[in-house]
Amino acid sequence: MTDARTAILGRLRAAAGKDVPPAEDFTVVSPRGWTAEHRLERLRRMMEAVHTEFLDCRGQDWLGPLRDWLIQEGVPGLIYAPATAIGRRLAAEWSGGVPLISYDKAMAEWKEELFAQSAAGITGTRGGIAETGSLILWTDADQPRSLSLVPPLHIALLDVNSLYDTFWQAMREQKWAAGMPTNLLLISGPSKTADIEQTLAYGVHGPKRLLVILVDQC
Amino acid sequence: MAAAEFRDAATRALADPQLRANFRRAMDGLMTKRAAMFADRDEWTALRSLGAAVRARSLLQLPELLERLEAKLTENGVHVHWAETVDQGNAIFKQILSRHDATRLVKGKSMVSEEIGLNHALEADGIEVIEADLGEYIIQLDHEKPSHIIMPAIHKNKQQIARLFSQKIKDAAYTEDVDRLTGLARQVLRRKFAEADAGVSGVNVAVAETGTLVLVENEGNGRMCTTIPKLHIAVMGLEKVVERLEEVPPVLSLLTRSATAQPITTYVNMITGPRRPGEKDGPEEVHLVILDNGRSRVFADPQLRNTLRCIRCGACMNHCPVYTRVGGHAYPGVYPGPIGKILTPQILGMDVAGDLPHASSLCNACVEVCPVEIPIASLLVRLRGEAIRPEPGAVKGAGSHADPTEAWTWRGWALAYRVPALYRLTTFLLTRFGWALPGRMPLLKEWTSVRSRPRFASQTLHELARREKVSNQ
Ligand code: SF4
Repeated sequence: MTDARTAILGRLRAAAGKDVPPAEDFTVVSPRGWTAEHRLERLRRMMEAVHTEFLDCRGQDWLGPLRDWLIQEGVPGLIYAPATAIGRRLAAEWSGGVPLISYDKAMAEWKEELFAQSAAGITGTRGGIAETGSLILWTDADQPRSLSLVPPLHIALLDVNSLYDTFWQAMREQKWAAGMPTNLLLISGPSKTADIEQTLAYGVHGPKRLLVILVDQC
Repeated sequence: MAAAEFRDAATRALADPQLRANFRRAMDGLMTKRAAMFADRDEWTALRSLGAAVRARSLLQLPELLERLEAKLTENGVHVHWAETVDQGNAIFKQILSRHDATRLVKGKSMVSEEIGLNHALEADGIEVIEADLGEYIIQLDHEKPSHIIMPAIHKNKQQIARLFSQKIKDAAYTEDVDRLTGLARQVLRRKFAEADAGVSGVNVAVAETGTLVLVENEGNGRMCTTIPKLHIAVMGLEKVVERLEEVPPVLSLLTRSATAQPITTYVNMITGPRRPGEKDGPEEVHLVILDNGRSRVFADPQLRNTLRCIRCGACMNHCPVYTRVGGHAYPGVYPGPIGKILTPQILGMDVAGDLPHASSLCNACVEVCPVEIPIASLLVRLRGEAIRPEPGAVKGAGSHADPTEAWTWRGWALAYRVPALYRLTTFLLTRFGWALPGRMPLLKEWTSVRSRPRFASQTLHELARREKVSNQ
């Protein structure tokens, strides 16, 4: 289809204008000057408004409270990524009660099981965005994409010291443009739809529940 | 075809109280919620100018940006294809799919795939295409086209959907409970995601700087389509590119707030290539099909080019008094509402859709809400002119609606306004004998078919003014 390419680009070039591109003023998406308390309060409020659940583990270790929560909710198993910092801690220190399942092979090798039987997946985050109430997730060799997508419950650890005011601020300060992962995600709640009569329903294709564990030391 | 089609379809839609009620309710809700999202006028103005500047900048550098995007994507391991026409677009899909022996597809919501009629083309070759967005899935079950670019099944109420599901989904019991209906679709589609050979998606923004395809969605079906199958094919109109990653946040903020009054969608999915060595999931191959289908011709005209700024938020249709009353199915082509009225005639040609620019009262509601400042009303007026311009103009099929009666009438009108004696004679005759004009005469009969006929005053304004001794000042 090189012909199509040449023809299309040729037509566009023939018509392209000589005008000076208009200037862009990014003030409106710039940091808001919010305090750390306000950022956290806002992120939590925005995410709770779309049914995100929170487990506040600031000032304590998160392993114990997570285990209690999973037992209380009757979650039968937790999938984790063994090569991540979170995964290493889970593998070393988990005290049982809820079985851990290691995501240590290619998805294709256990796709059926993942789709049919998985209950929960736990991931880390690269921070959060207060303005929109969003988590930032990088996926890579250690942290698979499907871990936050296929299991009906997604659990994400969020360090409250890595919150940004705005999306624009987060991408600039973390220098995303210098090297993007294959898949970078913003996640702002559990999966939802309003396609039937504008009525909100949660858990359509992605996770039905999203639990954010707030921590201040990872 | 389409000109008469719109008229007839609009007339039919107007006579359907259920349809009108479904749209009215939905549009009222959307307008109220959107207004709340942009309650801070200063912020709205600033964000909107930024969004308009981002889109205007992309168009100014469009050929260079597309080349940069292609180079960057190729570097990232994404295969880039170019399609001038709908047929070329479908042929590219078929080639890729047949190389992979892919016969089962899952597809996220994509208006461009509707534009090229992808499902139809692939199904003709025995390939199964399952629409995975809940709204798209609903209308696919009923063999319909989307009636809204953001909420494709907005014309249906839950009773209609309940009936549809109980008839079309195996072992599904009739239920009007929205959570249970959603659960039914989840069950069916999860299997499809797991089994699919390939996933298809659209693109909301493509970033030249990083070679990133950005997709927004709430359901997770877009992530499923672009994550689970071994092969991912994305398709986009050639206008979707922006230069830098930092231009994405303002565009997405305008898009999601204008479309569904959300500060952000549940998922913002940024894809910068296929699975890398060592990664455990993600597609092994990613393709991008860049579609022209008349866009480069739209681009050639400096005024009409503004059509290509569109970020497909749907706000113009949510606020359109015509769309609210006739619904999305009355419009020919796949884009209904004001954006459709300016885009469809340019893509399909004035000969096919030249009536669409007239399906507007020029009330300007769309112009006020458009987040990227597209002067929709001026473009509608421009296209009305293109429809009757005797010389073939910038737009495909220009002049195809030229009507000698109309042309002569305007020529007479112009002459009367240039020659005072003729003007006086005409107005004298019309005030005295205008009543005698037959209601069935050309130009008048369309009006009188549904409205009472206008009555001429018995004296002209000039005569009245003279009688009242109104001075010329
Ligand atoms: S024309 Fe403007 S309001 Fe309409 S869909 Fe496009 S961006 Fe949205």
